[in-house]
Amino acid sequence: MSASILEVEGLSISFGGATRRQLVTDVSFKVERGEALGIVGESGSGKTLTMLSLLRLLPRGADARVVRACFDGRDLFSLTPAALQDVRGREIAVVFQDPLTALNPVLTIGRQITEVLRRHFRSSAADARRRAVELLANVGIPDPPLRLRQYPHEFSGGMRQRVTIAMALAGEPRLLIADEPTTALDVTVQADIVTLIQRLQREQGLTVIWVTHDLALLARIADRVLVMYAGRVVEDAPAAKLFAAPKHPYARALLGSIRQDAPRRNRATSIPLTAADAGALGCPFAPRCAEARDQCRSVSPVLKVYGGDTRAACWALDDDGARGAGS
Amino acid sequence: MKFLASLYRSPQTRTGLILLTFVVLVALAAPLLAPFSPVNVDPSGRLLPPLSRVLASSTQGAPAHAETALHVLGTDSVGRDVLSRLIYGSRLSLTVGFLAVLISAVFGSLVGCLSGYWGGWVEALSAWLIDVQLSFPFLLLAIFLLGALGGGTLAVVLVLALGTWVNYARIVRAQVLSIKHQGYVEAAHATGAGTLRILFVHILPNTLSPICVVGSFSMALAILTEAGLSFLGVGLDPSTPSWGTMLNDGRDYLLTAWWIATMPGIAIGVTVLGVTLFGEGLRELLDPRGLR
Amino acid sequence: MFSFAIGKLLRAATVLLGVSFLTFIIGHASGDPVLLMVRGDATAQQKADLRHSLGLDRPVLTQYASYVGNALRGDLGISYRQRIAVGQLIRLRLPNSLELAGAAFTTAILLGFALGILAALNRDRVVDHAVAGLSILGQVVPGFWLGLMLVLLFAVHWQILPVSGSGDLAHLVLPAITLALPTLGRMARLVRAGMLDVLNSDYIRTARAKGLSERQVLLGHAAKNALLPLVTQAGLEFGDMVGSAFIIETVFAWPGIGRMVVNAVLQRDFLVVQGCVLVTAAGFVVINLTVDLLYAWIDPRVRGR
Repeated sequence: MSASILEVEGLSISFGGATRRQLVTDVSFKVERGEALGIVGESGSGKTLTMLSLLRLLPRGADARVVRACFDGRDLFSLTPAALQDVRGREIAVVFQDPLTALNPVLTIGRQITEVLRRHFRSSAADARRRAVELLANVGIPDPPLRLRQYPHEFSGGMRQRVTIAMALAGEPRLLIADEPTTALDVTVQADIVTLIQRLQREQGLTVIWVTHDLALLARIADRVLVMYAGRVVEDAPAAKLFAAPKHPYARALLGSIRQDAPRRNRATSIPLTAADAGALGCPFAPRCAEARDQCRSVSPVLKVYGGDTRAACWALDDDGARGAGS
Repeated sequence: MKFLASLYRSPQTRTGLILLTFVVLVALAAPLLAPFSPVNVDPSGRLLPPLSRVLASSTQGAPAHAETALHVLGTDSVGRDVLSRLIYGSRLSLTVGFLAVLISAVFGSLVGCLSGYWGGWVEALSAWLIDVQLSFPFLLLAIFLLGALGGGTLAVVLVLALGTWVNYARIVRAQVLSIKHQGYVEAAHATGAGTLRILFVHILPNTLSPICVVGSFSMALAILTEAGLSFLGVGLDPSTPSWGTMLNDGRDYLLTAWWIATMPGIAIGVTVLGVTLFGEGLRELLDPRGLR
Repeated sequence: MFSFAIGKLLRAATVLLGVSFLTFIIGHASGDPVLLMVRGDATAQQKADLRHSLGLDRPVLTQYASYVGNALRGDLGISYRQRIAVGQLIRLRLPNSLELAGAAFTTAILLGFALGILAALNRDRVVDHAVAGLSILGQVVPGFWLGLMLVLLFAVHWQILPVSGSGDLAHLVLPAITLALPTLGRMARLVRAGMLDVLNSDYIRTARAKGLSERQVLLGHAAKNALLPLVTQAGLEFGDMVGSAFIIETVFAWPGIGRMVVNAVLQRDFLVVQGCVLVTAAGFVVINLTVDLLYAWIDPRVRGR
């Protein structure tokens, strides 16, 4: 039995009828049991879509293809709709970005949590309610029995996100995908939510995938980081190695932007983002890269393995992963 | 120009425009298109089914050189050619509808403007009047007014205008209020601009597009309502060739001469469809909401 | 909430007063009812006597005040034409109108909702286009014309339904469907649009992500949210429907107050008209109030205010 709980190989997502746009190209990665994987990238990098495609939650018109997507040895893409519904919520759960829109405004919190329990564990109404109280208490919500009867709009932003976390964990999943769980919240509340998820992960032996645009966040919590740009994986390394010595220019730019003493010569950080078509020729980062060469503009770089545990796709790297000469 | 081009691009507005243009052309070219006179009666040729041929005579108003004349859509209860009445009916229905909308828009905009601008008792009064008018079905009000004060074309136009002025009042009032809040008024006054100028320069341009959209729907409603009123006998004079009066006529003979009532309905349907499609396309163009 | 409701009721009362006053004034302006009641050879004295006995020679405002006073006690006057109490006439015919309007409204709402959901779930397929076509049909042709066509088809050609009149369920079918069609069409479109909106929303994605079955997602999560626009529109639709009912009742010779009102207007029997207007307006007020309450029940976000 492999240690990987999730293995994805060759995932591509395209969108649109008349004008097919490539949103995600050839994404591959592995997630080890119990690890905290961070996927970082800016808006449009395809990180959320990649995660959604695993549970086939893509919006209408989006088409996902994959060579292999194995969760715990099972191929996610060949599951029947009924089997997929068994996996959703029970084995893999998602915490979405905006808790206000992620919750149904006309149903009570209690209803939205207990339905998970009744669906996956066939709990009775009374058992489900009891368990829901426990779940809410576990995420730090005071007076759970009262809160169960309330509606989403009666909670504050931070409380609402705790509710969605409780809701996600109701099914006792093995993999939790947290899609920008703190982006819609106040700064003061963000740290609480992060700490909460970390604690729950430790207590329940969860594997967590953190999807975020905030690299600084991942520095504190991730074991391994996947860097995505324009729908591709550009670097994949253990957190320590990534933060010490990032290989891909984009990763370096991201890191540079969070370091106060970053050298100003990194032009990439100050160029505004333009929508890059993930399927275009050449390295998608080339227009913003300070070290771009002719080769970068015409041929897409291939992910190479460095040091046994790091992958990066950049022509400027030599066989040891050190930066080559010249720009 | 660019606006017209984008108007054409949407299949909705295109179809609507085509239908509308067709009807308008028919109305304009009525004397040329109608094979018979719409008002000449022919007691000998009553209630003839579609595609009936009759011996042509000058009393029917048929083309002088013909020996036999074809009633493509049959004749009505007094022998008038249905097709010709249908064609001439387009004139009346379109005119009545258009005038009603025009009056309604002008009056409604005025009220909305004044109530928004001056507020106070003017606004309270108009709001209350609107409530009163909306508190019972418009059709009842229309029937009542026309029955009480007499019918006739002018009365019908005015009553139809009464049916939709509220929408324009609301739009214009909202626009006036938003302008007021933005302080344009004070600024304009400071530079010496008069009230009238402010109204025309600032308020009118922004309200034109939603007024046009509402206008097309109002027109559709006006045509349908006129049909209903004439059908009941309180609308236009029964001898005038309008689609509504034709329906009134046809109702008594539904079982024996179904064509008299059927044809006007189709004509109304085509026209209202054209106007409505046009209005909807216009609305989508002016209010970009995308996927539906 | 309580003060809010009281305020609404007060406003409704003033509106009703305004309605009755305007109707009264216009009715009086429309002509002398005495002329309709007497024969052509009546003398001036006889007319004056009649006028006096009916209280028509008093000042207009006095007449109005006594009318309102009587109305609050349930006395709406005596019809000039039929010499029967207006209140009684209304009592006789109102249930018929309610029966028709009720049947039509229920059909329109239920069928409209069902078809709208059906269209949303089968987006861009045949069902969707068929529903759209039906909806358009219901809105571009006069309702009464559709009624006539339905009569031609079902009563004349196929002869499976009666042409007009009332009595049993068979007589109710055609008038109710005719009356329901425009509303049905609008409802279906509204529900379809609302449903599509809802189906695209984040909370539906969450519901799916939790592993709920499609049926649970649609019925448990989507439907209630899709109901909201329906409820607000339903109140407006009822108003339109009552208006159309007058014509439909005439077409099908349905013995309701609509037909009575139309005849009364044509016959200048304006006490009857006034009474009906008052009753109808009062009905509207009740309906609107109900709609507001219903909306607050469905959408808890509204209640807080």
